[in-house]
Amino acid sequence: MSEERHIRIHLNGTDREVDADHTVRTLIESLDLHPSLIVVELNREILSRDLYEKAPVRDGDTIELVHFVGGG
Amino acid sequence: MSEQAGTLVKSDVADAPLVIGGHSFTSRLIVGTGKYGDNPTMVRAIRASGAEMVTVAVRRVDLDRSKEEGILHHLSPNEFFLLANTAGCYSADDAIRYARLARAAGFNEWIKLEVIGDQATLLPDVAATLEAARTLTGEGFKVMAYTNDDLITALRLEDAGCVAVMPLASPIGSGLGVVNPYFIREIKRRLEVPVIVDAGVGTASDACVTMEQGVDGVLMNTALAAADDPVRMAHAMRHAILAGRLAWLAGRMPSREIAVPSSPTKGMLD
Repeated sequence: MSEERHIRIHLNGTDREVDADHTVRTLIESLDLHPSLIVVELNREILSRDLYEKAPVRDGDTIELVHFVGGG
Repeated sequence: MSEQAGTLVKSDVADAPLVIGGHSFTSRLIVGTGKYGDNPTMVRAIRASGAEMVTVAVRRVDLDRSKEEGILHHLSPNEFFLLANTAGCYSADDAIRYARLARAAGFNEWIKLEVIGDQATLLPDVAATLEAARTLTGEGFKVMAYTNDDLITALRLEDAGCVAVMPLASPIGSGLGVVNPYFIREIKRRLEVPVIVDAGVGTASDACVTMEQGVDGVLMNTALAAADDPVRMAHAMRHAILAGRLAWLAGRMPSREIAVPSSPTKGMLD
């Protein structure tokens, strides 16, 4: 098995290659984002914050990271 | 002892608080946070407006920017009551999805429900709005529903359990003011939940005229954000909302199309 395994995920509308050993939490941190200000939708289901630590990121996952922006 | 000119006697201007879904607000102005040229101006304008409730939108984090700054880096949820919206949604399902994401952010269970039916006018799809409202109130959301100035839809939204119904003054971002004051008054007369006029207010006189229809509050965004000086306009709007509210409470004189002298007709010199 190769040391640098990658998986392909669909993240915020774009295909990306990321390390295979990410949890949702480490993925968010690798993007320089604060987990407490982000809401995660994993394969169309909202993932509650207490699960970020445990939830593995799997090949083929569709992930949406959303937050609040200015709006009327 | 006589009062100084301009002295404010608080009991003279007393008003009940605006209560929405069991939450009490002093300000009858709700403001959006979109379209400002820069964030410091937005924060100053919102503070100047006196608004306690501010709307925010739910969007994807832009991963191409090295350090993405969401609105909460600028506006503290401790200072303002956050009202997330479903702006940009064109179906009940999309609006429900956005509402659930907003609630998962963990601040509150309130949502400004907005389902758009037409790209050119941004007029609401009232059937889809009603469908989404029923689902969301069933899930425990406190729904403030953006809708057309249509009485029947407003009544159905109230029946669906919305905590406030928010008919438009005129299309979003148009700045045309209240195009149909009669229907706004009729909606206010018939509903028990607060009626907040949302969208279309362009300048202070529009806000004042809107409040003079007897509604409970006004929600605006572009009127502040797109003013040459948003902070000054925010001050103007705060005064206008208050002026319109006081005029409504005071009860205006009857209007008539003939002149009536203000000074006595008796006692004139020969």
